[in-house]
Amino acid sequence: MKILIPIKRVNDYNVKVRPNQANNDVDLTNVKMAMNPFCEIAVEEAIRLKEAGKADEIVVVTIGDDKHQEQLRTALALGADRAILVKTDNPVQPLVVAKVLSKIYEAENPNLVIMGKVGIDGDHNQTGQMFAALTGIPQATFASEINIEGNRVEVTREIDGGLETLSAEMPAVVTTDLRLNEPRYASLPNIMKAKRKPLEEMDLESLGVSVEAKVNTIKVQSPPERQEGVKVETVDQLVDKLKNEAKVI
Amino acid sequence: MKTLVLAEHNGTNLSAATFSVVNAAKQLGREVDLLLTNNSCTSVLEEAKSVEGISKVLNFSHEKFSSELAEDVAACVVSVSSEYDFFLASSSTSGKNNLPRVAALLDIQQISEVTDIIDDKTFKKPIYAGSCIATVQSSQEKNALTIRTTSFDRVSVSASTASVEDKEVPETDSRKSDFVKNELTVSDRPELTSADIVISGGRGMQNGENFALLEAVAEKLNAAVGASRAAVDSGFVPNDYQVGQTGKSVAPDLYIAVGISGAIQHLAGMKDSKTIVAINKDEEAPIFKVADYGLVADLFEALPELESKL
Repeated sequence: MKILIPIKRVNDYNVKVRPNQANNDVDLTNVKMAMNPFCEIAVEEAIRLKEAGKADEIVVVTIGDDKHQEQLRTALALGADRAILVKTDNPVQPLVVAKVLSKIYEAENPNLVIMGKVGIDGDHNQTGQMFAALTGIPQATFASEINIEGNRVEVTREIDGGLETLSAEMPAVVTTDLRLNEPRYASLPNIMKAKRKPLEEMDLESLGVSVEAKVNTIKVQSPPERQEGVKVETVDQLVDKLKNEAKVI
Repeated sequence: MKTLVLAEHNGTNLSAATFSVVNAAKQLGREVDLLLTNNSCTSVLEEAKSVEGISKVLNFSHEKFSSELAEDVAACVVSVSSEYDFFLASSSTSGKNNLPRVAALLDIQQISEVTDIIDDKTFKKPIYAGSCIATVQSSQEKNALTIRTTSFDRVSVSASTASVEDKEVPETDSRKSDFVKNELTVSDRPELTSADIVISGGRGMQNGENFALLEAVAEKLNAAVGASRAAVDSGFVPNDYQVGQTGKSVAPDLYIAVGISGAIQHLAGMKDSKTIVAINKDEEAPIFKVADYGLVADLFEALPELESKL
């Protein structure tokens, strides 16, 4: 079984990102970049499936400039077998990403696609669902558990009311939620080995997908800051403030 | 052209989120219709008809909607899409699951988590865990928006009722997936995203049993109980308690954060609350920076005392 893992390069999740001076984009100068945490979970799940003898090959793919090789090498160091970089200098939106991934899907013919449910940068939460719609394969989003039985994948999903379990015929796309697994760290020998694993590059233009942005960001601002309030000394004071000042209880 | 809102329900009641999404929809200045997928849920249909401000309910009733597969819902939306240039859903897990699928099928770049509608091409949405607010402009003829419901008041229930159009449910290839089971959290408490008061616990609660201390306070205040990611990851409480960037967004009148340090990912889900209280024994905890009232105290002493004084 072959698993395709689309990954995304984003800001390190510990960094608080701010608007740029012109207030028309975020300022990512000198911001530490990393693999999107939900994508790390996707890579980890694929590795576990391979270790359990349920998968033979793990292919990772990302879209972007040369710097994106870093995140692909990280995935290779973690245990992916092969990587694909779809090169473009333009920022790409979820619909474009889903179209590009559909082309990669056609070429690679994987049995399972696992990807992060959301990028922690744009907070879109769209690409997996869009990719499923474009390829016509079943979608199982927000997974907290994945079990493969024959040609079906059973996925437990985190939904607002609790958990829901679906069973889908493969090929299928699963998007990862936080509780699916705890990703490992790459070991130094594996980081060295990853440098020799195959990393194929192709130009986005060669796939015949338009990168034209249909939604443009015209302004980026900081949210209104909350004023730091007061410290109360006792529970009595707190109850008094809530009753008589804030009038919320 | 009109606006179509995807209604959400639990088989008995329309979700509070739907009332907020209809309010957002009204701001687009078009007629608003409600699309309801259901399995002969008459009580939901009755409620849907009386949502203030809608023109009609498109009723897609079929036994397959005893559970909700995105494939089936999207097919219904697409079947009526020619009359609409806006497709709205809430940014619940249901809306997030369904609407991007609709958008892709209609070749629309969706705009997620809309918090403000400036005009029918221009919207605001948080990015980077709410660290920044982006104003985005669409050049598309048709648009799909998920609505952050905490940013829009709910419309009320109208005395007059909208008309109902029974629709043919399209055949879909959905047998590629099957619903297996639900394990829904049963609680007597109000629903987290629509409660007026929310009390949440974090890593400082130490274990799941200690959440009983929060429950006791919640009981007195008729509050919903939430949690930080740390508390959910540690297995103290189920996933649906999680408030934050990747969990639920809440904006109650009163939010009480107990034993929560206040990572930006948590703040992203609650900092629009009207009044915020933080109870934490670490006076340096970042949660105090956003709290209106901070109490530096051991929560195991403060919570029972708070309960006794309410």
